Amino acid sequence: MPYLIVGVGGILGALLRYLLGLYVHFWWQSPFPLGTLLTNLIGCVALAWITTRLLKPGSFQTWIRLGFGTGLIGSFTTFSTFSLETVELLKRDLWGVALLYVLLSLWGGLLMAWVGCRIARSQLQKRAKEAESA
Amino acid sequence: MIVNALLVATGGFFGAVARYIASQWFGKRFPSVFPYGTLFVNLLGSFLLGLITGGRWAPAVSLLFGTGFMGAFTTFSTFKWESLQLGEKKQWKALIWYLAISYTAGVILAFLGYAVGAAIDPHHGER
Repeated sequence: MPYLIVGVGGILGALLRYLLGLYVHFWWQSPFPLGTLLTNLIGCVALAWITTRLLKPGSFQTWIRLGFGTGLIGSFTTFSTFSLETVELLKRDLWGVALLYVLLSLWGGLLMAWVGCRIARSQLQKRAKEAESA
Repeated sequence: MIVNALLVATGGFFGAVARYIASQWFGKRFPSVFPYGTLFVNLLGSFLLGLITGGRWAPAVSLLFGTGFMGAFTTFSTFKWESLQLGEKKQWKALIWYLAISYTAGVILAFLGYAVGAAIDPHHGER
């Protein structure tokens, strides 16, 4: 059963990444791989948010984390395409673009994960305060 | 368009399940704060995607195994989430190794995969 949930999440994640890639390719002409960067950064916020929100153990939380976290967001974001696009930029002697891509992925990804985590924590605190005062 | 989406979806299903199995296996085999499972799938996936792209296979093959399978098998969001966790636990040494190995080895392995893929190009000699 967990395999099926992860797999179905994987189908949705891969399709969303494919469609977003096609859409960005439609209006973005520069060699900078904007599609993958956007996908990866959105995924970092989403995974950090969902994982922090559902930290409490429980069967419902476990299924959501597997389906949305491991399956959907895990497959939506990609590391192999990032590596390959960096190689392709280097092969075309676009060293500056390659460096910018790596740095934006490295620091942008960490920042986005941190933001997702902070949003979820402040929501959880707010909810705990409301429960206290009620 | 529908056929392309079906290829990506099929690859995505198996890629996600394979990543899940690999992470479970690594978690049991090497219980550690260091995320060996994600590092392994990301490096292996970078090499194999390089192999597929370097070989200039038919678009259907590249959609199924590249965009679908390798795209879903490797993951960026889990990589960053684990990095953030290592920082929160003040595991600075593990964090720096994790980032350094992922980025340098990922690019080097994609490059090597590309070279190997070009060498075993199925359309070699047709041009």
